[in-house]
Amino acid sequence: MATQTPITEVVDLTAPKPPKHLWLEVAHDWVTTVDHKKIGLMYMGFALFFLLVAGFQVLLIRIQLFVPNNDFVSPEVFNRLFTMHGTTMVFFVGMPLLFGLGNYLVPLMIGARDMAFPRLNAFSFWISAFGGILLYFSYIGSDGLYGAGSAPNVGWFAYAPLTSPAFSRGNSTDYWIIALLLTGIGTIGTSLNIVATTISMRCPGMKMSRLPLLVWLYLVTAFMVFIAVGPLTAAQIMLLFDRFLGSHFFDTQAGGSAVLWMHFFWIFGHPEVYILVLPAFGFANEIIPVFSRKAIFGYPAMVAATVGIGFISMSVWAHHMFTVGMGANANTFFVLATMAIAVPTGIKIFNWLATLWGGQIRFTVAMMFAIGFLFQFLIAGLTGIMLSSAPFDWQVHNTYFVVAHFHYVLVGAILFMIFSAFYYWYPKMSGRMLSERLGKWHFWLFLIGFHLTFDFMHIPGLLGMPRRIYTYEADRGWMIWNMIVSTGAFVQAVGVTIFVYNLIHSYFKGEIAGADPWDAWTLEWTTTSPPPAYNFAKIPSVGSRRPLWDLKHPEDPDSNYEFNDSTADEESYR
Amino acid sequence: MNVILEIMLASQGWYGLATAQSKIFNSPTNIFEPAATPAHSIFGLSMLVFGITGAIFIVVAGLLLYALIRYRSPATGGENFQEPPQIYGSNQIELSWTVIPILLVVILFLATARVVYSTEHAQRPSEALNVSVIGHQFWWEYRYPKLGIVTANEVHIPVSGPRDHMPTYLTMSSADTDHSFWVPRLSGKTDVIPNKVNEMWFDPEAAGIYLGQCAEYCGTSHAKMLIRVYADSPQAFSAWVANQQKPAVEDPSVKEGRDVFEHNACINCHTIRGTVATGRFGPDLTHLASRDTILSGSVPNTAINLHNFIQNPEYLKPGVLMPEMHLNDHDLDAVTAYLGTLK
Amino acid sequence: MSTSAVIPNEPSGDWQLPSKGIVGMVCLIIAEAAIFIIFVVAYIFYLGKSATGPIPRDVLELPIVTTICLLSSSFTVHAAVSALRHNNRKMCSIWLAATVLLGSIFLAGTAHEWYHLIYARGLTIRTNLFGTTFYSLVGLHASHVIIGLLMLSIALWFSLRGEMGEEHSEKLEVLSLYWHFVDAVWVIVFSVVYVFGR
Repeated sequence: MATQTPITEVVDLTAPKPPKHLWLEVAHDWVTTVDHKKIGLMYMGFALFFLLVAGFQVLLIRIQLFVPNNDFVSPEVFNRLFTMHGTTMVFFVGMPLLFGLGNYLVPLMIGARDMAFPRLNAFSFWISAFGGILLYFSYIGSDGLYGAGSAPNVGWFAYAPLTSPAFSRGNSTDYWIIALLLTGIGTIGTSLNIVATTISMRCPGMKMSRLPLLVWLYLVTAFMVFIAVGPLTAAQIMLLFDRFLGSHFFDTQAGGSAVLWMHFFWIFGHPEVYILVLPAFGFANEIIPVFSRKAIFGYPAMVAATVGIGFISMSVWAHHMFTVGMGANANTFFVLATMAIAVPTGIKIFNWLATLWGGQIRFTVAMMFAIGFLFQFLIAGLTGIMLSSAPFDWQVHNTYFVVAHFHYVLVGAILFMIFSAFYYWYPKMSGRMLSERLGKWHFWLFLIGFHLTFDFMHIPGLLGMPRRIYTYEADRGWMIWNMIVSTGAFVQAVGVTIFVYNLIHSYFKGEIAGADPWDAWTLEWTTTSPPPAYNFAKIPSVGSRRPLWDLKHPEDPDSNYEFNDSTADEESYR
Repeated sequence: MNVILEIMLASQGWYGLATAQSKIFNSPTNIFEPAATPAHSIFGLSMLVFGITGAIFIVVAGLLLYALIRYRSPATGGENFQEPPQIYGSNQIELSWTVIPILLVVILFLATARVVYSTEHAQRPSEALNVSVIGHQFWWEYRYPKLGIVTANEVHIPVSGPRDHMPTYLTMSSADTDHSFWVPRLSGKTDVIPNKVNEMWFDPEAAGIYLGQCAEYCGTSHAKMLIRVYADSPQAFSAWVANQQKPAVEDPSVKEGRDVFEHNACINCHTIRGTVATGRFGPDLTHLASRDTILSGSVPNTAINLHNFIQNPEYLKPGVLMPEMHLNDHDLDAVTAYLGTLK
Repeated sequence: MSTSAVIPNEPSGDWQLPSKGIVGMVCLIIAEAAIFIIFVVAYIFYLGKSATGPIPRDVLELPIVTTICLLSSSFTVHAAVSALRHNNRKMCSIWLAATVLLGSIFLAGTAHEWYHLIYARGLTIRTNLFGTTFYSLVGLHASHVIIGLLMLSIALWFSLRGEMGEEHSEKLEVLSLYWHFVDAVWVIVFSVVYVFGR
């Protein structure tokens, strides 16, 4: 690969431990580890497993919707499938993937040896994993073993009063509640760790104004987790009280309010979208500059835009509730708040564009996924603006247009950026490169499948197709679109299969990566691949945002240009 | 893939393929074929929003594409690779791409607010028809408080001509879980929520049947909770009202079926005005035979469908609250015949 | 070739960062505050919406004494921390014991109030919306008091055994932050439930 900077042999001062052989020893090592890298990898492995599970569920959903009046699965099974797909993808794929990558990268990028609270870190992972297992145990356990089980079927936002004991008998909803409660505790624990690590564990010279943008984004994400996951936890506790103690929070028969649940859920639910997307922005902020060979354009503006998004995203939740009958004044307020979020988001897209501008763009697979992310996030943002226009939302709310919109965000933006991050950091994590040839197959198949599915999914929404219907009438003209959408889903599945094969194959057969295969600039590339347990034999110290750039270009270091540096005035910021 | 294709071929629905090809965007629930004032104003707003966002897409995606092509790294970099000039930012440029989006947001916001207020705060004419909508798992109950009519699943309203403006106001609530009332060609959707009263209105400009369906997941058969709005000419509407106001038809030839109905649990949940059946959990059946469809619009109102449904409610409508009555074939035929006479 | 990873620009001066324990506790407090806010919002939202009685005015009495106990325990825990900072272990134990005692009085007061409400007034979590929101909000706070008391008791145990010294003052301060938070929440709960909502 590109120029290798000989910086690593001085870092790793200890001889490697003799390899462990007994699998029990290895298992014991992983189960008891408090190493942020191993916990990060376990987070990712756990999330990839659930990605395959929830992906398989959606293939069943797409077969069912391929033609109208299909009876491939029963309505009950279908309703469980979409509930489990949504819950799994948000809580047991998206969050753990992003937290896994964050766990792995944040300490490395700020020159720390571990997270601030390593044991809390392990606890957070295991309790989240337990939540995921509990959710799936409901398939067996929720009616008792002899009742053949039934997974939750209330939808991932579980609107009251469908979750009340009267409408949701058995224990499937209880499994859903407790699984989310547990993973919520894990999420808060990990976020707390990320904040404490970022604030208190930075290496000398790593001022806040020099934090890699990825770390900044994780910091804002973690703060949003505190403010967003708390309400979810509170609402879940109330729902548990309703179901087990007979309280009346969401019991509409006793004066309880169904709308209150909606508010509580979306006070969590909308920031959650940004909790998922901000780390993806973080990956883009690291990957796009490296493969454009240019510093990120407008670092302070990027930080400001992130904090801005964090703040505004707390006041937009009710745009999920334009059809609830909140009244014209409330509706208009949430229209304005939602539209306002387009401004900082736009700043980010323009800054990425300006980073590409004048660069020397290298089309590695990681960069290809990042470029896919840019285009798709642009489209997702624009359909988001359409939806923020409340009257348009009155029409397409809860239709496949909305489903297409948020899959554009979750798959087209976040998942693309996660794939990009895998191609970029896999060499650091495993010591070997992912195959670029397989990666290109993965990219193109997934891209084609993605656009087949989610471009065409907007149309049935505009033609009146609501989400969460297990079948549809033949006379509505939705069939052709659903056929295209379903076909695309299978193309995506092939792409993901190649990705999984690439992950496994390259672990054993991939090209040896070396410490710095991409000629990059942040601290994680100064240590060996994979890094030793202690990350850095000697804690590094930094003088700018791109310490490795300074090392490789001592004649023109970044510190000369930093706006916040006391030695640099505004003129040299250009 | 072959296995999957076989599974799909085995299932129903292929007959639609040929027809779907010829009318690709044709749908009775297309939001871009508005037929009432609220749907029209949403349509107009949508066009503006599509225009602005489309223009943004073309500009930004064009710039991105240009940057990608113009600044791609030469294939042979190798030894004499030079890092491009490092540019760290520019306050002027930053400012410009903050201000332009703000202006666009202001335009979109004002246009949106106008439609929000004009729809939600529309002047209500005194002669407007009022219909109460009650959502149930998984059917719709319609009550006309001033006309004394109770019916289910098919709502008749007068058409609203250019001269005699005659909007219909729906007052909506739910008896169980959340539902959402959506007829795309008439108006946006409004949620139907227990313990909360919502209102919406529309004024269909042409006579005809407008289709829609429940748009908030409400349980097992959410997909089968369809909506049929019949916009009638004034004469047809008056005739329909007059018929609905009458008590149930008494046809001596189906007395046996009526006895079966009245001596079974049917009467606990269904009302047939003029008989002992006064239940309120299920749809009012007083004029069942005057409807085109049964089961919330999901199957045509034929004797066979009615017969099959009474015999095994779960089959046609999974999750339905109506239990199997375990009638023998004779009673089943009799009660089907009786219900068929309730014009 | 340098002997450290990266040093073109060695920073000068000390590199001081905030204590991770305090940062962590502040984060926990933010998350907990979000949970409490939701319960408080639910309480306020359902004020006066109960379908049946009893209503707050009929059954609630101002818990003045226990409130004074809980709020003054904030001062005692603060005194314990500053005593420990000056390595005055004996005073630290005394102040910690006072804190545990005051917290226990508060908890006993709540228990007594609940006993009275349940058995004399017939108000349970099932009775109406007031019961639902009252018991869950006050109960959520009481459960935090219990957790705080357990942690303080552990600290007291260590302190009495003489195993806690000046070097632990930061840890005790982290714990005291939590206890201050529990007190601050009570101020909100007290004003919402017993003053404005009554």
